[in-house]
Amino acid sequence: MADQTSSPCDEHGPVPVLEKQPVIVEVRNVSKSYQRGSHVIPVLRDIDFDIREGEFLALMGPSGSGKSTLLNLIAGIDKVDSGSIVVGGVDITALDETELARWRATHVGFIFQFYNLIPVLTAFENVELPLQLTGLSRAERREHVETALRVVNLAHRMDHYPAQLSGGEQQRVAIARAVVTDPTILVADEPTGDLDRASAREIMALMCRLSRESGKTIIMVTHDPKAAEAAQVILRLDKGSLNHGHA
Amino acid sequence: MGMRKLFLRNAFRHKLRTGLTVLGITIAILAFGMLRTMVNAWYAGVEASSANRLVIRNAISLVFPLPLAYKDRIRQVSGVTLVSWGNWFGGIYIEEKNFFPNFAVDPRSFLALYPEYLIPDPQRAAFLGDRKGAVVGKKLADKFGWKVGDTVTLKGTIFPGNWEFTIRGIYRGKDRSVDETQFFFHWEYLDETVKKTVPRRAGQAGYYIIGIANPNLAGEVSAAIDATFKNSLAETLTETEKAFQMSFVSMTEAILIAIQLVSIVIIVIIMAVVANTMAMTARERIGEYAVFKTLGFGGWFIAGLIFGESLFISLLGTAIGIGLTFPAAEAFAEYLGTYFPIFFVEKETVLMDLAAGVLVGVVAALFPAWRAVNIRIADGLRRIG
Repeated sequence: MADQTSSPCDEHGPVPVLEKQPVIVEVRNVSKSYQRGSHVIPVLRDIDFDIREGEFLALMGPSGSGKSTLLNLIAGIDKVDSGSIVVGGVDITALDETELARWRATHVGFIFQFYNLIPVLTAFENVELPLQLTGLSRAERREHVETALRVVNLAHRMDHYPAQLSGGEQQRVAIARAVVTDPTILVADEPTGDLDRASAREIMALMCRLSRESGKTIIMVTHDPKAAEAAQVILRLDKGSLNHGHA
Repeated sequence: MGMRKLFLRNAFRHKLRTGLTVLGITIAILAFGMLRTMVNAWYAGVEASSANRLVIRNAISLVFPLPLAYKDRIRQVSGVTLVSWGNWFGGIYIEEKNFFPNFAVDPRSFLALYPEYLIPDPQRAAFLGDRKGAVVGKKLADKFGWKVGDTVTLKGTIFPGNWEFTIRGIYRGKDRSVDETQFFFHWEYLDETVKKTVPRRAGQAGYYIIGIANPNLAGEVSAAIDATFKNSLAETLTETEKAFQMSFVSMTEAILIAIQLVSIVIIVIIMAVVANTMAMTARERIGEYAVFKTLGFGGWFIAGLIFGESLFISLLGTAIGIGLTFPAAEAFAEYLGTYFPIFFVEKETVLMDLAAGVLVGVVAALFPAWRAVNIRIADGLRRIG
């Protein structure tokens, strides 16, 4: 059993900082506010930072600091008020809803706090879901899904429904679903927030492996300092503004 | 994992809720189908009318007779090919609840005018040759267990006394629209008896039915007949058989309109029930729809899931409802066949059931689908957890 006090990435050695890698996400002067009745609530103010290819970045901050909003903006599921976000050379703030949906399908893998698996689909079918939007044949899809489930060590549970899996297993299925299309970036919103310590550790170890072995760019929102230790870069948000820092 | 497989699985996520909704639709479609069949049964006489036949009755009222002497003058009117006449007899078999229509008819001309009554030739000959003979419909004979050769006594109401008849033939309709619950006997038997008992009522026909060569000239022929008897003691009113039958239906038109309104209200109510189910379902799954959108699935996919599920539930209930309408209609016809001799589920009724099922499914899904398609992903994801 791994040491409960060490970083989840320790058993594989520290994830190297990738300063020579090209920038894959450029966030420029992004501001965002929400309308609540007659009140306009500013959530993000002039956010400006880059994420390099293969980087594992943690967004931290107190509740209401805007970290999930920032993650949603980078993932293309919400729109900025001002500023721009360029991911892999594509200015996603200039895309319309349909183009954004198409872009998300191929460039972003999502990991949610509550797994968000579809309960009427088996683990296999949940992982296959994003591949439905690709032109892959059935046999190709099967191959991809099986590979993804093997990566998360759940190939033997592929015919199980989410209700038949533990929280940690469900999150591993969600990770398989996120990586099955080989997206440009992985976004994770509190991926360990609903898990016990052991399961959380397993998930973080898995994410470390994805970062180290597959060179995946991961952007993770977390409250958990332990989970954040897995990241190479930690950005702290406070009242909609940013503090930079390396892990 | 296609959309169809997904909405089918979604449909059975809450088995009790889906089951109850399907049950509700089944009952609604059954009720709708039965009410529509009832309305059709009311119009059965109208629908079975022939365009080649006209009915002549006393212009004052059907209650007043016409002299038998009119038959020769009617025959002389241009365009008339055949003249028959008869009386509503109104006899009772044993007790009043055994009601069935019974008429005194001129047998030869009557059978010539109504080729849709199919009688085996030997029975036809036996009926024509027996003054006290009668022909009865197959359903009527089955109901009372009558066979050819049986003697049947009817108690007269309009023409008092006990009237004895011998069943000489049993007719079948050439199709389902022909009433097989009627009883016909010789008008001469009636007239001769009346001559002895109430002489002033003899030589009177309750109505004439005539055959015409060209249905397009029905208006002209009717006008010519009515003109022939203008200013006589018994003026005539001639109309097509369809109009004649319709005059009976129109007496109960208010009831028919009420039945039709009720059938529509039933569909509207079930539409609201299914819409409520779908709204509840979509509200519960809004987070899942947000996940689909996050993964890149478009609005059409989400709408397809909701419309697919709604239509599946609605059409499942509709199919069961239609399936049950047939035995229910048969049971109804068996029980109340005397009042609704032509009671069967028409193809149009089934098509209307299907149309209602589709309408319910589509309308019920409209608002939930619109809501699910238009919800912001971030808002939808916030509903989870």
